[in-house]
Amino acid sequence: MIIDTVRNLLSKHGGIPVAVDQLADTDDLYDAGLSSFASVQLMLALEEEFDVEFPEHLLNRKSFASISAIAAALSEIVEDQEVA
Amino acid sequence: MNVAGPIMALTLAERAKRAAKVAGQFADTVDKNGRFPQEGMDALKAERLMGLMVSPDFGGEGATLTQIADVCGILGQACASTAMTYAMHQIQMASLVDHAAGSAWHEKFLRRICEDQLLIASATSEAGIGGNLRNSICAIEVDGDRVRLEKDATVISYGANADAVMVTSRRHSEAAHSDQVATIFLKEQYSLERTAVWDTLGMRGTCSDGYLFKAEGPAEQILPKPFAEIAAQSMLAVSHLLWGALWFGIAADAVARAQSFVRSAARKTPGQTPPGALRLAEASSLLQLVKANVVAGLKQFENAKGEPDALNAMSFAVAMNNVKIGTSQTILTIINHCMLICGIAGYKNGTPFSLGRHLRDAHSAQLMISNDRILGNTSTMLLVNKQDTSLLG
Repeated sequence: MIIDTVRNLLSKHGGIPVAVDQLADTDDLYDAGLSSFASVQLMLALEEEFDVEFPEHLLNRKSFASISAIAAALSEIVEDQEVA
Repeated sequence: MNVAGPIMALTLAERAKRAAKVAGQFADTVDKNGRFPQEGMDALKAERLMGLMVSPDFGGEGATLTQIADVCGILGQACASTAMTYAMHQIQMASLVDHAAGSAWHEKFLRRICEDQLLIASATSEAGIGGNLRNSICAIEVDGDRVRLEKDATVISYGANADAVMVTSRRHSEAAHSDQVATIFLKEQYSLERTAVWDTLGMRGTCSDGYLFKAEGPAEQILPKPFAEIAAQSMLAVSHLLWGALWFGIAADAVARAQSFVRSAARKTPGQTPPGALRLAEASSLLQLVKANVVAGLKQFENAKGEPDALNAMSFAVAMNNVKIGTSQTILTIINHCMLICGIAGYKNGTPFSLGRHLRDAHSAQLMISNDRILGNTSTMLLVNKQDTSLLG
């Protein structure tokens, strides 16, 4: 579920030259052409969509390295915020 | 190795000062003729300062980036072109030292750099891409265990004087522009056809000419890690910190000249404070800001070192960008203050107070990786990254 939303927002904001549905969940997004600017735009879109805020420790390249990494980061945030 | 014996008994700073003394004697000639700072670089090699960061396991001294920055600061006070050439070499060294581990060819190469005191250049800029480090048009061709690469490199600093070049390219001909690798080519493996001449306002001795670069060599010379990781984890931070250190050096020498001008004026008019004294106090305060900026950046780097998560953190990138912006802008203000203090003696070439070279060299600081590009990059990150408001980090 989260993954579908991530894929949808990635295709809107990722600015990646290949079609997002051609990418596997674990493909390296930076190798695929995700720029640091686009990764921030994507992060903002995800924050808006899920009504969350990325905490400092997730603001690094690794969190946005693949579709599954983004989904994992999001699940962590959503869980944390539900607990809180 | 026997030659190196007595040198190793000295501290790094002492060795750097001896090399800086030589570099300083030729700084004006290097600047005037826009030629490679051969004497300064030979002195650095004679002091065995090229492979400092390499681990003792491979023949180096395992120096920290902070120690290298100190050498850059010392050189910056003597000859900015020598300092910049040395700093750029050390940026390549940091990438090699951090990312060559486990690759037999590169480990052997590190050993050779230390033994033969090799100078390593880099070819990242490319026609059609400009200075954007993280993009390439050219692609490396792998043919069995051989690779071929042709790059229209708009700038290869000291390319004609280097012993090897680290070149970025796309991983293969189908790869995205940002899917890059870095490859080391040795002097005998490449040809350089000069396409542009480095005739500039300052930093003239770096001889950053443009070349059509053509190389062929063994495939094992490709660095094992993706260039994206190398750039993110070492190159950008190391560049900003080492440049910051040598820029501090340029400004520090300008302040030293201005101070000796004020002191000599004070000696001539006992009991009266010379008119430049107040500006000197201002320049001194600004110089301290620059120093604190670089030192704090180095401290943050050393704390993050070896931890990919810390080095990849957005807050770290913001901090390193800020070191670059603050330092490159402030040194111009400082040197301008010094010019006002020294007056015509500072404006004129060939006096003990001449500041033209300092001012021209310092003007490169805001352009090498354009400050506007860096500010744009920081402003993007600040859309999500909260500014660090703690005093001690």
